[in-house]
Amino acid sequence: MGKKLLIHNDHVPNIHTLDVYRAHGGYASVEKALKTMTPEQVTEEVKKSGLRGRGGAGFPTGLKWSFLAKPEGVPRYLVCNADESEPGTFKDRYLMERHPHALIEGMITASYALGARNSYIYIRGEYFYVHRILEKAIKEAYAAGWLGENILGTNYSLDLHMQIGAGAYICGEETALLESLEGKRGNPRIKPPFPAIAGLWGCPTVVNNVETIAAVVPIVNNGGEEYAKIGVGKSTGTKLISASGHINKPGVYELELGLPVEEFIFSEEYCGGIRNGKKLKAVVAGGSSVPILPAELILKTAKGEPRLMTYESLGDGGFITGTMLGSGGFIVMDEDTSIVKNLYTFTRFYHHESCGQCSPCREGTGWMEKILQKFINGTANESDVDLLWDIQSKIEGKTICPLGEAAAWPVAAAIRHFKQEFIDIAKKKKFDDVSHYSRLNKNVVA
Amino acid sequence: MKVTIDGIEIDVPKGTTILQAARMIGPKVAPPAMCYYTKLKTSGGYCRTCIVKVTKGSTANPTPMPKPVASCRTEVMDGMEVQNFTSPDLLEARKGVVEFLLINHPLDCPVCDQAGECHLQDLGYNNGSVKTRYEFKRREFDMIDIGKYIKLHMTRCIMCFRCVKVADQITNNRVHGVMHRGDAAEISTYIENVIENDFSGNVIDVCPVGALTDKTFRFKQRVWFTKPVEAHRKCDKCSGKVRLWFKGEDVLRVTARKDQWGEAEDFICNDCRFEHKRKSDWVIEGPSPISHHSVISQNQYEHLNEKEVEILKHQKALGFMNYDKRP
Repeated sequence: MGKKLLIHNDHVPNIHTLDVYRAHGGYASVEKALKTMTPEQVTEEVKKSGLRGRGGAGFPTGLKWSFLAKPEGVPRYLVCNADESEPGTFKDRYLMERHPHALIEGMITASYALGARNSYIYIRGEYFYVHRILEKAIKEAYAAGWLGENILGTNYSLDLHMQIGAGAYICGEETALLESLEGKRGNPRIKPPFPAIAGLWGCPTVVNNVETIAAVVPIVNNGGEEYAKIGVGKSTGTKLISASGHINKPGVYELELGLPVEEFIFSEEYCGGIRNGKKLKAVVAGGSSVPILPAELILKTAKGEPRLMTYESLGDGGFITGTMLGSGGFIVMDEDTSIVKNLYTFTRFYHHESCGQCSPCREGTGWMEKILQKFINGTANESDVDLLWDIQSKIEGKTICPLGEAAAWPVAAAIRHFKQEFIDIAKKKKFDDVSHYSRLNKNVVA
Repeated sequence: MKVTIDGIEIDVPKGTTILQAARMIGPKVAPPAMCYYTKLKTSGGYCRTCIVKVTKGSTANPTPMPKPVASCRTEVMDGMEVQNFTSPDLLEARKGVVEFLLINHPLDCPVCDQAGECHLQDLGYNNGSVKTRYEFKRREFDMIDIGKYIKLHMTRCIMCFRCVKVADQITNNRVHGVMHRGDAAEISTYIENVIENDFSGNVIDVCPVGALTDKTFRFKQRVWFTKPVEAHRKCDKCSGKVRLWFKGEDVLRVTARKDQWGEAEDFICNDCRFEHKRKSDWVIEGPSPISHHSVISQNQYEHLNEKEVEILKHQKALGFMNYDKRP
C-alpha cells in the first residue's frame, strides 16, 4: 500500500467541511508556517522537497517560486490553475470536490511563502458545481479566521478570490489564464516576460496547479526532506493519477512516484487490469497531448527496464520510445481500440480549442482534423499519412504557446507507433470500428 | 550589443529585437514579417513568418534556443548568433508557416485590389510551393458592412491583428476586434457597426493583404497601372505627407508613405485619404521611391527629367521596397 498525502482522508465522511477537516489535522501547515516559519523557510522546504509542477510540465516548484520578482511596493499574486481541461485528466476535480479545504490550506501556506496579499483560484467553467463547493469552503474558512485580516493573530492577511472561466482549454495555459482572469479574451501572451516578472495586472505572479498547491500542505507539515524520501530520484512525493479507459477500475489514484506501470495497470489495488479479459494495446500516460505508447513500450523501456511512474522513466527514450508523465491523465486502450479514431477525437479537440492567434496552430489543427476525417470516412490515401506527419512537424515548436505541441505530439506518436493502422485503412478504403463503444452504439441513429 | 545574423555582425542598442537588427543590416538577412509593425506597440509574434534560429543565446549563456523564435518579439543578447537564410531547417519551417497562411486564403489575386502590393503575395512568391497540398474547402466568411470608406473582406484575412492595434493605439475608439476562436476567428464588429473616426483609414494601410481595402479605390485600377507620387498638404489633423496614386492626371488613391519594409512612415487622417482627390489639393514633391523589383515600378517613369531619375536611382540604391527573391 503506497503512502497517501493528498487524499488519505478520502474515507472520512464530510471531510469537505471545515470542522471534520480540522479534526483530521487540517490547517496544521498554516499554523506551523505562519507561527514558526518565515516565508523564505517555507520556500526552502518546498525546494528541499523536490516537488515538481503537477499540471503537466513538471517544472520544480521551489525554483519557480524563487524566480518570483519581489520589487518594493508592488503586489505579488499566487494564482491557482484549476482550469483542468486536458482530455483524460480529472484529478484536480476529484481533489477539489472532496477535499476543498486541502486546496485552501495549500493556498494560504503558499501565499504566505510568496508574500501574496490576494490570491486567486481560476476554475474552468464546466466545473461550476466544484466552484460552489469551493465557495462554500472559502466562506467557512473566512468565518473561522483562516482567511481575511490577521490570520491566527499574526500580521499576515490574505484574501482568496475565485474566478470561473468560460470553458476554454487554452485558459489552462498560464498566460492565457491571466488574460482571462483580467477579464480579457483568453489568448496566450507572448513570452518573455514570464509571469514571475510581469503576470497578473503586470505584477509578479506564480501560477501553480491545484495538486501542486495541495502538496505544499504535507511538505510543510512533515518537512521537505521527509517528502523527498518518497519517490525515485528527481520524481519525489506522491502523484494523483486519473485512470480511464478500458480498465476494470477507472478512477483517481494517489500513488508514490516510482510505482511500476505494470503494477499500476494490472494490480487490484489500482486499475485492476484490462476489462472483459482483453489485452492491453496502448496507453496515453499523461493526458491527451503526450505521446501514445504501445503496450510493449509502456510496460518496459526500449532498454528492457521496467517502466516506472516517474517523470524520468516515462520520458526514457525521448519521444522515439518514451512519453511523459504530464498531468497524470492515464488513458488505457484495449486491443479493440482504433488508434486512428482515438487520434481523430484528440485532434478534433485541439482544433476546437485552438485560440487562433498564431498561424501554425490555427490552420494546422483544422487541417489535421480534416485529413483524419478522411480516414474515418475511408477515403484517405496512403500519402495522407506522410502529409499528416509533415503537418505536425511544421506545427511543433513554431507556435506561441504549447497548444501547438499538444496538438502535434499525439499525431506524431500515433503515426510513429501505429503507422500500419493508417495504411491499412488507406489500402482497404474502409474504416472498421470494432471497439466496444461502437458496438454499443450500433443501433443508434446518428 | 553585438549580434551576428547569417554571419554578418552588427552593433545594436540594448532592447533591439532580432528583426530590427536584421533590418539594420539590410534586406539580405531581414526575415519577412506579416504581423509585426514598427509603429504599433505589442504587434508581432502571431504570424510566425519571421521565425529565426538562435544558434548561440549570448556570450554569457551560449546555449542555442531549443525552438525557432519570433525575431520580431525576441530581444538580442550580447554575442547572440542567429541564422535566417543560412539555415535550411529554418527555411523549411518558414515554408510550413507560409503554407498554413495560404491554405485558407482564397488566392483570388486576379480580382483583389491588393494584388501587386500584397505582402502575402510576396511572401508566397519567395517562400511558397508551386502546388497546394490542401484539398478541402477553403474558409469563407460573410461580408460585413463597416461603413462608407472601408471594405472588410474577412475571407482574405490572415489574422495579423494590426488593424485592431491601429484602432487601439491611433484612433480614439475601437469598435472592432477578434470574434470567435481558432480557425473560426474573425475580425468583426460586435453587433454590426460602422468603423468611422478620423484615423480609421489607416487600417487599410497596415493590412498586409486585401482584407481591408479602400472603397473609394476598389476596382478602379490595378495598382501597377497607377503611378505613385509623394505629395503633401497642410492638414490640422495629420502630417499631411502622403503618397498619391495617379492614372493620367487623376488621383485615384491616397495612402500613407511606405518605407522600405512596407510600413507607413506617418499615419494619415481620413480627410487627406478620402476627401482630397484632386491634384490641385496637393503640393507634388516627386516620384515615390519604389523598388525596381516591384511590379509597381514597371514602365512608370520614362518621362522623368534627369534630376528625378537621379533621385530614383539613389532611392533604389538604398533598397526601398525591396522584396528580392531570396535563396
